[in-house]
Amino acid sequence: MAAETLFEKIWKNHVVFERPGEPALLYIDLHLIHEVTSPQAFEALRNSGRKVRVPARTFGTLDHNVPTTDRSLPIEDPDSRIQVEMMRRNCREFGVPLFDLGSREQGIVHVIGPELGLTQPGMTIVCGDSQDPTHGAVGALAFGIGTSEVEHVLATQCLWQSRPKTMEIRVDGHLKPGVAAKDLILGIIGRITTDGATGCVVEYRGAAFEALSVEERMTVCNMSIEAGARAGMIAVDEKTIDYLRGRRFAPKGAEFDKAAAKWRELRSDEGARFDKSVRFDAASFAPQVTWGTNPGMVVEVTGKVPDPAAVSDPSERRAIERALEYMGLEPNVPIQDIRIDRVFIGSCTNSRISDLKAAAEIVRGRKVAASVNAMVVPGSELVKEEAEKLGLDKIFREAGFEWREPGCSMCLGMNPDILRPGERCASTSNRNFEGRQGKGGRTHLVSPQMAAAAALAGHFVDIRDWPKN
Amino acid sequence: MQAFKNFTGLVAPLDRPNVDTDQIIPKQFLKAVVRTGLGKGLFYDWRNQPDNRFVLDQERFQKATILVARANFGCGSSREHAVWALADFGFKAIIAPSFADIFRNNCLKNGMLPIILKPEEVEAIFQDVKRHEGYALTVDLPAQTVSDEFGWSARFEIEPFAKKCLLEGLDDVALTLVHEKEISAFEKAHPVPYKS
Ligand code: SF4
Repeated sequence: MAAETLFEKIWKNHVVFERPGEPALLYIDLHLIHEVTSPQAFEALRNSGRKVRVPARTFGTLDHNVPTTDRSLPIEDPDSRIQVEMMRRNCREFGVPLFDLGSREQGIVHVIGPELGLTQPGMTIVCGDSQDPTHGAVGALAFGIGTSEVEHVLATQCLWQSRPKTMEIRVDGHLKPGVAAKDLILGIIGRITTDGATGCVVEYRGAAFEALSVEERMTVCNMSIEAGARAGMIAVDEKTIDYLRGRRFAPKGAEFDKAAAKWRELRSDEGARFDKSVRFDAASFAPQVTWGTNPGMVVEVTGKVPDPAAVSDPSERRAIERALEYMGLEPNVPIQDIRIDRVFIGSCTNSRISDLKAAAEIVRGRKVAASVNAMVVPGSELVKEEAEKLGLDKIFREAGFEWREPGCSMCLGMNPDILRPGERCASTSNRNFEGRQGKGGRTHLVSPQMAAAAALAGHFVDIRDWPKN
Repeated sequence: MQAFKNFTGLVAPLDRPNVDTDQIIPKQFLKAVVRTGLGKGLFYDWRNQPDNRFVLDQERFQKATILVARANFGCGSSREHAVWALADFGFKAIIAPSFADIFRNNCLKNGMLPIILKPEEVEAIFQDVKRHEGYALTVDLPAQTVSDEFGWSARFEIEPFAKKCLLEGLDDVALTLVHEKEISAFEKAHPVPYKS
């Protein structure tokens, strides 16, 4: 048998129907939905008199819109309230389980999937949210879809998909101390650019990814879309299996062992070929800070804001000038001289327990700079619960951070958590687009450690120089 | 979905690469629970600036039905609201050297034609829009071409299946349910893995 990539194995297992030269009809194992991209899909189902085909493979959560403050109060914004209420109504009417506000399972869709063991190796997983490739960290094929496709999956549990190209991103060697998974993926995007993987399913391979924890792998896969990729994935290993054991929706007992034996085969065969391949050395990555208005506009923390005058390509020069104007930055300013107003630790990229632990390690016993307003938004109720058990909430609070309720929060600012015009934020989220965190707001993407240190110092600092606690 | 018809339309130039869906339709418009009326939110933060310099604010592009932009158009979030807003504003086709995947898919599901041309062809369109007030292009989907009245034309690629769906205005779900037998057979062989 020909050597196959991980992607090819999963793809092959899910083709329901295929005609040469046409997209394949792919079966979807898990469909995650939230309140923002589903209302029009349910509406369409209702109008055509259709049902949700497999409610048992569909799970809903409330995350994009929800306030991160006191949950016992009604949602103030009327539009957000309508979306939340509509989600409840739709889930009830169509028999879809919903992790509602106040339930222990509620949280950001890409945090709760793996955490509850819904996300399992070898699955096809979709969600009406672009960060869905997060789930690829456990060896699944996961990609974001639009609302029409949400409707299609609800109605048929399938999707028409053209076979994507495969791309290998190999990072050999070991990351240096102080360099986080977030720095690795930001650094990769900086090198291959924001459309470097367009149309591809990426498999992250090599010692650098093998050494990461499963949660760190999620951070990497989460930002696949920021490189244009359709999906990102990492082969199953013993860490994956250990991660899934005991999770609420994972198989139990002998069934788990049986499943695990199958999961272990989910890796690319020796000699499997990728359509595209890039290689980097792990030791070449340093802590990263974005300076511009897309995630590819990134430099090392020891670097400077780029100078458009030094760029010969006119369209690239214009793009840099525009970005600097929006960001309110002068060329050649050292990154560590950039002062910040806000810090956001959260989002499906970096709001898991290991992220909060890493940030708390930096914060312990110190104070947030007087000029900075900082907040931590755990990715889910379970993350929050565990963090509080470990006393992380106290560490953050004592330092002057706000400790919030779980949700997407300032990743996209659909709830009241937004930047004011001109405010500058060190954020652990995944996008620094204009206005993403609030109209006129200026976002710098960093790792949780770097965000925490920036909160304390009031400006970016090289985490590698930061005194250890 | 409405069937796609060939048309001739005014071209509006958006001379930026990496136009993301957060710009196409900012988040405050995502709270809509219907698909219509989103045109008012299109490029909301770029439009209505005091200097009126944004392309869609200029008088001469008010009736545009074709948008031409630079590489990686529609990157970012999966929000289909971006396509609904463009359609509601009046656009029927978008021309760029490349599109983000999810955005492109969303276009195809809504009868909006994403046309990929070579960077130099896109550049030629930008130049022609500058040169000729009222510059228009004719989009011919069966022939897979765009052309102008001065004799310039370019050919684009599109998957045969997507083309067929656009031309016939096929309802995806109905198309899929034709394969009910295969889906049921697949489900029988692959039971739901969750026990709650
Ligand atoms: S945290 Fe941000 S990227 Fe993640 S699901 Fe929420 S809105 Fe989407």
